[in-house]
Order: sequence, then structure tokens, then C-alpha cells
Amino acid sequence: MSRRNLFFHRFLMALPLLFLLPLLTFWLMHLVPGNYFDSLRMNPQISQATVAQYEKLYHLNEPVLVQYGYWLKQLCKLDFGYSFAYKQPVLDILLSRLANTVLLTGVSFAWAWILAVFLGLLAARYPRSFLNGLLEWIAYGALSVPNFFLCLLLLYLAAAWGGLPLGGMRSVAYESFSGGEKAVDILRHLVIPSFVLGIGIFAFLFRLMRAQAREIFEKDFILYLRIWHIPGPKILFKHVARNAINPLVTLLGMQLPALVSGAALVEIFTGWPGLGSVMLQAVRAQDLFLVLGNMVMVSCLLVVGNLLSDILLLIVDPRIRSGKGGPS
Amino acid sequence: MKHGFLFWCATLFLGGLILSACFADRIAPYDPNLENRTQALHPPTLLHFWDEKGRFHKRPFIYPTQGVFEANMTRSYDAIHKKKCFLRRGTRALLGVQSPARLYLLGTDSRGRDIFSRILYGARVSLSIGIFGAFVAVAFGFFVGALAGYFGGWLDHLLMRVAEFFIMIPALYLLLALRSALPPTLDSFQVYLLIVLILSAIGWGGVARVIRGMVLSLREREFVQAAQVLGRKTPEILMRHILPHTFGYLAVIVSISIPSYIFGESFLSVLGLGIQEPAISWGNLLMESLSYSVVRFHPWVLYPGLAIFLTALCFNIVGDHLKASQVSEDKTGEIPS
Repeated sequence: MSRRNLFFHRFLMALPLLFLLPLLTFWLMHLVPGNYFDSLRMNPQISQATVAQYEKLYHLNEPVLVQYGYWLKQLCKLDFGYSFAYKQPVLDILLSRLANTVLLTGVSFAWAWILAVFLGLLAARYPRSFLNGLLEWIAYGALSVPNFFLCLLLLYLAAAWGGLPLGGMRSVAYESFSGGEKAVDILRHLVIPSFVLGIGIFAFLFRLMRAQAREIFEKDFILYLRIWHIPGPKILFKHVARNAINPLVTLLGMQLPALVSGAALVEIFTGWPGLGSVMLQAVRAQDLFLVLGNMVMVSCLLVVGNLLSDILLLIVDPRIRSGKGGPS
Repeated sequence: MKHGFLFWCATLFLGGLILSACFADRIAPYDPNLENRTQALHPPTLLHFWDEKGRFHKRPFIYPTQGVFEANMTRSYDAIHKKKCFLRRGTRALLGVQSPARLYLLGTDSRGRDIFSRILYGARVSLSIGIFGAFVAVAFGFFVGALAGYFGGWLDHLLMRVAEFFIMIPALYLLLALRSALPPTLDSFQVYLLIVLILSAIGWGGVARVIRGMVLSLREREFVQAAQVLGRKTPEILMRHILPHTFGYLAVIVSISIPSYIFGESFLSVLGLGIQEPAISWGNLLMESLSYSVVRFHPWVLYPGLAIFLTALCFNIVGDHLKASQVSEDKTGEIPS
């Protein structure tokens, strides 16, 4: 396989998700006996005929593949269907949730990435320093603590000491704030979730970056640069960084699914109104179209993320851009 | 040197944990389901060596406590300093005190059950899900990866696309969808098997990819070609000649992926989707800590989380050590890359 074929490799790999994940979900939701309308059927105020009519309207009595077909047809018109529990079109519910999830993941990823690259380089440059030892233990700890437990712990500390809001995304008085205060309010709510989500990513990336940078440090061209009296910081942050960062970008695509699930977990435990927390509610209520819509949103997120990481790789690594092969 | 020391500490801890989970009946002071409602949310009992007069006792002892109701509807526990209860070998357990007094090493939960005993019993479920799940995933990953790498061609392509699809699935969403798709009436053992299956269904893809790469290069090696020429059957070549060469990697993967299985189980259980109440796991022990009001004044209900953390830490340390020794082996030319 030539390198050229790898250009949008991950992106192409992720595309089938868009169709297969909803199909899988359809099939899974069908394993459960009953549907959302069973709870309506229990209600003596609603006639059986009405329930039957609804079931017919949403094709709930048809075989799975037929339902999938109907749903795909709808989807082509960008109609995600109707949420039974929220009594709202699914798209309306999900769009704001999608934005929230993107905000949470984006912020967490940004700080984790920047810190990991920076500290990873420093730790590789000074392997015997106190900083390296400290960061190594932080990374170990972060990899070993279950995310939801860290959430509980931090929320407990916030409850005990005050200072940070306990979950959610906005204060009660949010609507009365001015623009700047609104931003600050959301940022304050973002601190705990993005810390929990980011620390795991940071630990992983930091260890990777340090290992990579150490390898680069032993290369001959670094010695050559030293001989030419290129200043240390410039070697570190320009030459070593450029060379060591490639696997981090390559792994970005691989990390995305874990990132998205991590975000869902954090959302559930901190009450951040994103795709993950809505998924849990929808799945519990057997709210079929909301679950499906959610899966589509998540796969879109993955596909777009993979596309971005492919493009980023092209930008970061000129060897791939020229099609002459990159690092193995 | 430093790493070697840590590695042995971690191994010892894990070994001790596994042993005490196996012999939980003999070690835990109380039956994990024994409810002592008059001593709900009892703080951890301190072990003393020196009594209030400053005299030293070889055998540790505790002061029995008495529940006192306070004005704000809470209960506090006061130590009765006159009595001393020495730790002795109980009728059923290694540790214990004479009956009216109670030994709560890590406190009790809101129904007066001993958290220490429950952690020991919970370790059976949580640890075995981790170990069992990792083994299933690695075995399946090896199987698929070895087939893909050894035969190559369209089979390779097909299997790798499937594996990549599984890698791409966000685990948690699948976990939620799958778990809630199945009836909530399953008993604990079925749920247990289900969790192992779900978690390893997510985990095998990554293993398969790496194994495929290793097998791809291994099959060109002389010893494999020799086995082929000598007319060995393919399964035999895979199991006897190729498998041992991937052992190092497999050991690392098993040990660093066990924590994620333990996390998966505890995550599901804490939401009430995993192991259910009469059965005990570290996850459902933590359900107690979901309420602020409990955690705020009784932080010892967080101890099961500490157990998860320490276990995961030890598995990570062991995995890292194995990986490091792997790398140094690589450099001596044992395993060509």
C-alpha cells in the first residue's frame, strides 16, 4: 500500500460508521421486548387504538430492515424523527447537545494536548529532574483512576470547599447575566468536567510525547544542531518538537472514540448537558429515534474528527504531503 | 533498580489482593450482607496499641462505640474508653473482636454493612471480570490477528476492516446501548458474563491489529518456513511456533488492559446497569457515594474507589515493567522488529 492511499485513510475507515452504527443500534433496540409506547398502553386514559395508530405511524411493528429503510429515507431529508419522551423533533434536541459536547471535548483536548507536548518535551530534555518524576506519577495516577470516581471526588471537594459549581452547565441566574458573565459562568462550570476528561488524555499523550522526544534527542541531527550552536530552546521547541509530534497526530484519530466515550461518561456524572447524558436517558426510556439520532451525531463527530486529524497530519508532516513516505 | 522495586511491590499487592479475594470467607470479619442497622455509616474503627494511660499492648485493640443521636437527625459514635476489645482470631475469620463490639476497619455503609468485608467480596467479581475479560479479548484478538497476518490476502483485508470498525466504535455508547437492550431481569451471573462479553467485544480489535503486524513479519522467519517445509499443520505452526513469540506483547496488553475492564464494570454497576444489589462488586459499592449528603459527612464510603485505584495502579506498573523488559529484550536482538 503506498503512502498516497493513506492520505484520508482514517476518514474513509470511519465513513461506514455512519450507516453501520445506526443499523447495529436498530437491531439492539429490537432485542428488547416492547417499545416506548408500552408505558402509554398502561395508561387507562389512552385508548389502545391510539397506541396502535402511533405504532403504525412510526412503523414500529415492521421488521428491522424495513424500519431501517424508512428511517434512512427520512434521514435523507435531514429529518431525524421525533423524540417520544421529549415530544420534540430529535434534531432540535441534539443540535444544542452536540455543541455542548464539542465544547467540552474541544477545551479538554486543547489543554491536555498543549500541556502534554510542552511538558513532554521538557521531561525528555531533563529526564533526571524533579519535574519528570512528578509528572510520571501524575500520569500513572491519571491512568489508574476511574474517570467517574475522579468526578465524584472532585464534586465532593467542590461541595466541601465551595468555589466551583456542582455539575450542570449554567447557573440558575444565567439568563440575567450579561455576555461576559455568561462566558465566565460556563467556564466555571467547565472546570471540573474538562479537568477529568483532559487529565486522562494528558497522561497518555505526555508519556507518548516524552518517549518520542527522547528518541529524537539521540538522533545525529540534534548533535549536528548542537555543534552549530543553535540555542537549546530552539532545538527543543522547533526541531525536536516537529519531529516528535507526528505519532501524536496519527494517534489522534485512534484516540477519538475513547475521547467521545470519555466525554459521555463525564457528562453523565457531572450533569453536563451533552450527547452522552441524553443518550443514557434516551436508552433508559427506549426513545428509539433519539437513540438513533444520537448515534448518528456521534458517528458524524468521529468522521469529522478523523478528517481533521488526517488534514492535521498533512500540515504537520511535510514528508507525507510530498507523498514520499513518512515515518514507518 | 527503582522500577524493579516498584514492580515487586505491585506484584505483591496484586497477589495479596487476589488471595484475599479467594479466601474472603476466612479473612473478612463479617458476612458482607450482614446488616447492622443500629450502626449505619459508622466511621472506620481505629486500631490502638497504646491505651489511654500510655501503656503499650502487643495485641492491637479497639474501643467499642456507642451511637448517639444528635439534634439534627444524625448519629455520631462515641468511643467508650473504659473497655478495651483486643483483636483476636474470630470463629469464622482471621480478624475479629469479641461480639458486642464491632471491628469496622473501613467503616460501614448506610445499611450498617462492613465496607472492608464488602470490598474483599467485591474483589471477587471486579478482579475476575478484569482478568477474565482481558483474557477473552486477547485470545480472540490473537486468533483473528494471527489468521489475518498468516494467510494474508482477502481474508486479511476483511478481518482488518472488521477490526477497524470495532476500534472506531465509541465503547461507552455501545456499552449503554447493548446493556439496556437486554432485559433487566437477568440474574447476576448472566450480567457478569454479559459485561465480560461486551467489554471484550470492544477490546479485541486493537490486539488483532498489532498481532497481525507481528505475525506478518514472523511468517517470513526461517523457523516458520522450516515448520512449513516439514509439513506441520497450520494450527500447530500458529500455536507452537508463532504464539510464543507474541507472548511478551500479549502479557503487556493483558496487564495494561485489565484496569479498563474493571473501570467498565464499575461504571456500569454504579449506574445500576451492571452487577445488581445482592451480588457485590466494587462498582455497586460506589453507588453509595453518588449522593453528596452521604459523601459529605461520611467520606469513607469512597474507599471502594480507592481499591479500584490501587488495583489499576498496580496493573499499570506491572504492565509498564513488562513492556520495559520487552524493549530491552528487543535491543539484544531476541525479537527483531
